Amino acid sequence: MNPSFRFFRRPPVLPGFVPSFGFSVLFLSLVILVPLSALLLYVGDMTWAQYWRAISDPRVVQSYKITVSGAFYSTVIVTGVGFVLAWIVSRYDFPGRRLIDALVDLPFALPTAVAGITLSALFVPNGWLGRWFEPLGIKISYAYPGLVVAMIFTSLPFIVRSLQPVLEDLEPEFEEAASTLGATRWQTFWRVLLPSLVPALISGASQAFIRSLGEFGAVIMIAGNIPFQTEITSLMIFVRLQEFDYPAAAAIASVVLIASLLLLFLLQVVQGRLLRRT
Amino acid sequence: MTNKRPTLVHQWLLIALGIVLTLLILVVPLALIFSQALSGGWSLLAQNLDEDFMKHAIGLTVLTTLATVPINLVFGILLAWCVTHYDFFGRRLLTTLVDIPYATSPVVAGLCYLVVYGMESTLGKWLYSHDIQLMFAWPGIIMVTVFVTSPYVARILIPLMQAQGADEEIAALSLGASGWQIFRRVTLPNIKWALLYGIVITNARAVGEFGAVSVVSGTIMNQTLTLPLLVEQLNNDYKTAAAFTAAALLACMAMLTLLLKTVMEWRQKRRDDAPAHFSPEAMPKR
Repeated sequence: MNPSFRFFRRPPVLPGFVPSFGFSVLFLSLVILVPLSALLLYVGDMTWAQYWRAISDPRVVQSYKITVSGAFYSTVIVTGVGFVLAWIVSRYDFPGRRLIDALVDLPFALPTAVAGITLSALFVPNGWLGRWFEPLGIKISYAYPGLVVAMIFTSLPFIVRSLQPVLEDLEPEFEEAASTLGATRWQTFWRVLLPSLVPALISGASQAFIRSLGEFGAVIMIAGNIPFQTEITSLMIFVRLQEFDYPAAAAIASVVLIASLLLLFLLQVVQGRLLRRT
Repeated sequence: MTNKRPTLVHQWLLIALGIVLTLLILVVPLALIFSQALSGGWSLLAQNLDEDFMKHAIGLTVLTTLATVPINLVFGILLAWCVTHYDFFGRRLLTTLVDIPYATSPVVAGLCYLVVYGMESTLGKWLYSHDIQLMFAWPGIIMVTVFVTSPYVARILIPLMQAQGADEEIAALSLGASGWQIFRRVTLPNIKWALLYGIVITNARAVGEFGAVSVVSGTIMNQTLTLPLLVEQLNNDYKTAAAFTAAALLACMAMLTLLLKTVMEWRQKRRDDAPAHFSPEAMPKR
């Protein structure tokens, strides 16, 4: 060990370090680390050939593609929608502003199963919103677009709540300076405002993406779960469990787990970089 | 920055677009839930609420939440206190670890617990031979719900406690207060409203957890069905009105959560150093 290593970077002044640190570490180990490691150990008992067969089954591979592409499309759309909502709520004063601000958290507070059955009832061909798409030949509930709609709904708060504090802290001086120097509105937006929003946009969009990858309740109730078309990876784990094929379920879960931990780690690194730069 | 009244046409158009989007994405779904729940009239609603499976699901959901919220409350306070009042090796690692349940798919979380405590493992077999059943029973439901909802209190408290700093606590210490007195008399009043919001949102997520619970529940009617699982079960059985009755109960809980959040933000904001919003959804700055 490095001789200059010290556990405390600053000596603790306040009492209570041992109980708070001890309990936190114990809790994190028992509740989070042990179960996650157990899954990886369980998978470790399989041979490579078994593991590879479980994770490369064509139906499973198709489910990776569906999950990732659905999360991608929904993230792109929800970033746009969330940007508009965050922008108007934090910059303008208009009747209903507070109500919109409060409602943005609805997808976070509403159980995902409820979101799923509600969106699916809205977008069936004779539903309140589905009837407008039916004449256009667009099927939303029990099809791929429904899956994207469910992901958009559940990830909306992440974009808005990431952007909002940054938008509210923007000093009007920068915009005023830009316009006195002769910049048009668009130039001010693209050259002055947008660059300072980029870190929050990246952070919000990545969280929306990670969230959509793992979304289960809302998606399975609207997607119709047709093999090779609208089956997401979380559902494949569930299907394998119902077939009592625990090793295969664990193998697929290990892929999802490692991917989401990598994404989380990447997001932390990127966010650290961006925050240091600004 | 103070908000300004919109003056230009394009600003009004943007606001109109925002309002239309809010109506379509958030208001219409809410309206649909209640309209469906009431589609058979008030008497059918009352009848659905009085069914055994409904009462049982409500009971199990309340039990799960009552067990989960206090555990995660204690954990959240201790973790937030630990990472904001001391500077030690591994501090950032702790705040990263608490984000893991956030990034993990709930189905994967449920499966992890099944692997540790289910019949597949040595521990599970040992528990079974001693007649302790955790998985496919209510203890398992509580365990996975604790996992899924563990980050919220900590994530709400950490930015607030960071902004407030430790000056008041150190002043109390120099005046001779004990650790418990410092926490009760100085820290707790400062974080009170944020803490209450942490409880409210942990409650909402605990009540609504679906993916992880569905893996460990075994979906046994009148035994291991929580309200969200009941919604799915009834919907699969084409009992739409009953499914939406359960959904409407959950939607009421969600709306109450939003209302309480608005009130609590407003109360906490009366302190100068509080962040304007509580957002467990936003990544805290580290």
